[in-house]
Amino acid sequence: MHKLLTDAPGKEMLLLGNEAIARGALEAGLSFSACYPGTPSSEIPQQFFDISKETDLYFEYSTNEKVAMEVGGTAAVCGLRTMVTVKLVGLNVAADPLMTLAYVGVKGGLVIVNADDPSMFSSQNEQDNRYYARLAGIPLLEPTNAQEMKDFTVSAFDLSEELELPILLRTTTRLNHVTGGVVLGELKPGKSKVVFQKNPSQYVTMPANARNMHKVLLEKFDRAQKIAEKSPLNQIIGDGRWGIVTNGVSFNYVKDALSDLGIAHKVSILKLGFSWPLPEELCLKFMGQVDKILVVEELEPLNERELQALAQRKGINKRIEGKGVGALSRLLEYNPGMVRQAVAEHFGVDCPMPELPDLSGLPDLPGRPPNLCAGCPHRASFYAVKEVYGEDTIYPNDIGCYTLGIAPPFNMADFVICMGSSVSSACGFSQATDQKVVGFIGDSTFFHSGITGLINGVHNNQKFTLVILDNGTTAMTGYQINPGVNTDPLGVDRTRVSIEDIVRGCGVKDVHVIKPFKVNKSIEAIKATKAYDGISVIISEEMCALFGKATKQIKKARPFYINHEKCKNHQICVQKLACPAMYLDGDRVEINKDLCTGCMVCAQTCPENAIMPLKG
Amino acid sequence: METKKIVIIAVGGQGNLLSSRLLGEAALSKKMPFVISEIHGMAQRGGIVESAVLLGDVSSPIVSAGESDVFLGFEPLETLRGLGKCTRKTVVITNTTPLPPFTVAVGQGSYPPVDEILDQLRARIDRVIAFDGTALAAEAGNPLSLNMVMLGALIGSETIPLGGEDVKNAISTSTKKAFLDSNLKAFDLGVAAVR
Repeated sequence: MHKLLTDAPGKEMLLLGNEAIARGALEAGLSFSACYPGTPSSEIPQQFFDISKETDLYFEYSTNEKVAMEVGGTAAVCGLRTMVTVKLVGLNVAADPLMTLAYVGVKGGLVIVNADDPSMFSSQNEQDNRYYARLAGIPLLEPTNAQEMKDFTVSAFDLSEELELPILLRTTTRLNHVTGGVVLGELKPGKSKVVFQKNPSQYVTMPANARNMHKVLLEKFDRAQKIAEKSPLNQIIGDGRWGIVTNGVSFNYVKDALSDLGIAHKVSILKLGFSWPLPEELCLKFMGQVDKILVVEELEPLNERELQALAQRKGINKRIEGKGVGALSRLLEYNPGMVRQAVAEHFGVDCPMPELPDLSGLPDLPGRPPNLCAGCPHRASFYAVKEVYGEDTIYPNDIGCYTLGIAPPFNMADFVICMGSSVSSACGFSQATDQKVVGFIGDSTFFHSGITGLINGVHNNQKFTLVILDNGTTAMTGYQINPGVNTDPLGVDRTRVSIEDIVRGCGVKDVHVIKPFKVNKSIEAIKATKAYDGISVIISEEMCALFGKATKQIKKARPFYINHEKCKNHQICVQKLACPAMYLDGDRVEINKDLCTGCMVCAQTCPENAIMPLKG
Repeated sequence: METKKIVIIAVGGQGNLLSSRLLGEAALSKKMPFVISEIHGMAQRGGIVESAVLLGDVSSPIVSAGESDVFLGFEPLETLRGLGKCTRKTVVITNTTPLPPFTVAVGQGSYPPVDEILDQLRARIDRVIAFDGTALAAEAGNPLSLNMVMLGALIGSETIPLGGEDVKNAISTSTKKAFLDSNLKAFDLGVAAVR
């Protein structure tokens, strides 16, 4: 049995923040969930994927976030309690349905879990998605620890049904990946099938209907604000004359800062857990009991600006500050020391500073950036393409493990902005320049948003080569399924969609399917694309080494070694492949047999045939 | 109660996250307040994996520069790189077997001699506990049990309010049965290496 199905109310369990959210959904009677995986939210759907195999919960990995929001939104419109999980940039993709779903409203609770990523540990920007609650006109809940991540999730479902609105439950990386003790509540069974009640005036957003729905949305917003005023998710803590307003993970930094500085008795904290619509009456009460206010919030100064505007409107003349105090900035995540110093500075108290070690005189330390794994098929694809297309070609890349093609020796990521951009930017590069263009995109990302770009390129007669790196899984986010994956070994029954059929169906005439571990054959196919006048697609098929091993789909091959009697120490292997299984022992290359997967790519690059399989 | 802030640094694949989770299970079983955080994502592709375990009356899930009480490094180069989390009073416990990054193999920098790494640490930290944890893991019968060796050393250093039995119980209930014997042996070897 899955551990999140443990039926033991009152028991305290060690849970990752994302697991706590999944448990909260189960305690709220979750029936339906859909998402496209995105770090740092991806452990939530991972739980649902597993749990759906042993319960009536319906879960799907949708093709992209827009599809997930539409699939999940529809289930909620039908009356099922539904969760859609996204990472920050995923909500951009899902923004179109969300904006109008708020007009239409829901019958079953719809909770959208959004994971922001201040400091960009695994994202391409650090946008603040609290803006989306404002843009869509929906309530925003912000838990501060693992227990609240579970409890707020339950509250979010109730609130969603009370208001018939989607709810944005906003987390950040630190909370998604916090682990804490969580006291379990009661599990509630979900519903299975329901009957859709037709109502075109509510569900068909033609202008005449939508004008009325916008009015309804604003009325719901007013009701939501009244609920926020009384919500236990918003709290005034303490009764001191120094005010601090905070939300999310920063609440913890504030709490520890007050205890470290010994000033808890002088401070009042306004903890905003239900932060939009802003509970204005509560904020005014808070402003009344303090002399000055510090707002501690990561990323954009949203609460700071709201409170300043509210104070101005009500003629309250108290200093409200946030960004710019100490090191509090719009950049990157906060940390306890930074918040302690800002609090001390704002209220004029002494702040003891830790005595940091003197780091001068340390030797230069070699870097340890993330790297393509030993046996990664992407390495073989990059190598073969580089041999044919060289340094001068423009290489638009995409979002996935293969973004690591940016690293030497490949240097094969020249432009990456978002999911699917490799293909459409290849269209742009091919029109804007006369340079050769080769784009790289993974299987899952191609399904997500590469297809429309490819049709665009065919239709507009653009000239580039697209390499679809099909490793049989959505690797970067933790090996989720996608429409191209054989799902049998994972215990689910989903229909497999052929990438080659799609590519040909988009109108591409020059299509090559290669096995990248067959280096010479791959290079021949790539040469043909260089000679072709138009769009070529190379589908490079080889399973992710880690996923294949974990699911026993790849048999363990013999590792290789360097035969030093034959090796003339050209070091082509290590210089051109940078495989982490290779290392220099003195000035000679060696292979770590524990890391080598036996992919044989290095052996095919050696002019002396000195790289050989270990015997026995 | 007194707080203890533990930072654990390892290379992807060395089992950092399991070790921090086991400390959490041990704290939970003793009803001791705790919070843990970890950074996943791109770090898993051979990069650095960092976790923080905070015990006692503390809410923040991370440790700021110069604020760790104990620093557990699974790889000597990464221990040295993580020095910014320490002060002179931080107890530093480090494995001494290098795992050179691939950048060294392709000629982008060289790996400093381990003795020099240890000298640099000892010049800045009063108490440095350094030993070959990788060899002890091999001795325990499973090279992947380095994380258990390092946990043993942490407990053996008597720097945190958790005892050997607390952590061994967590190992028994939360790790794979097939590795239980080697895990427990590795843990004991880690304890002994420090005492």
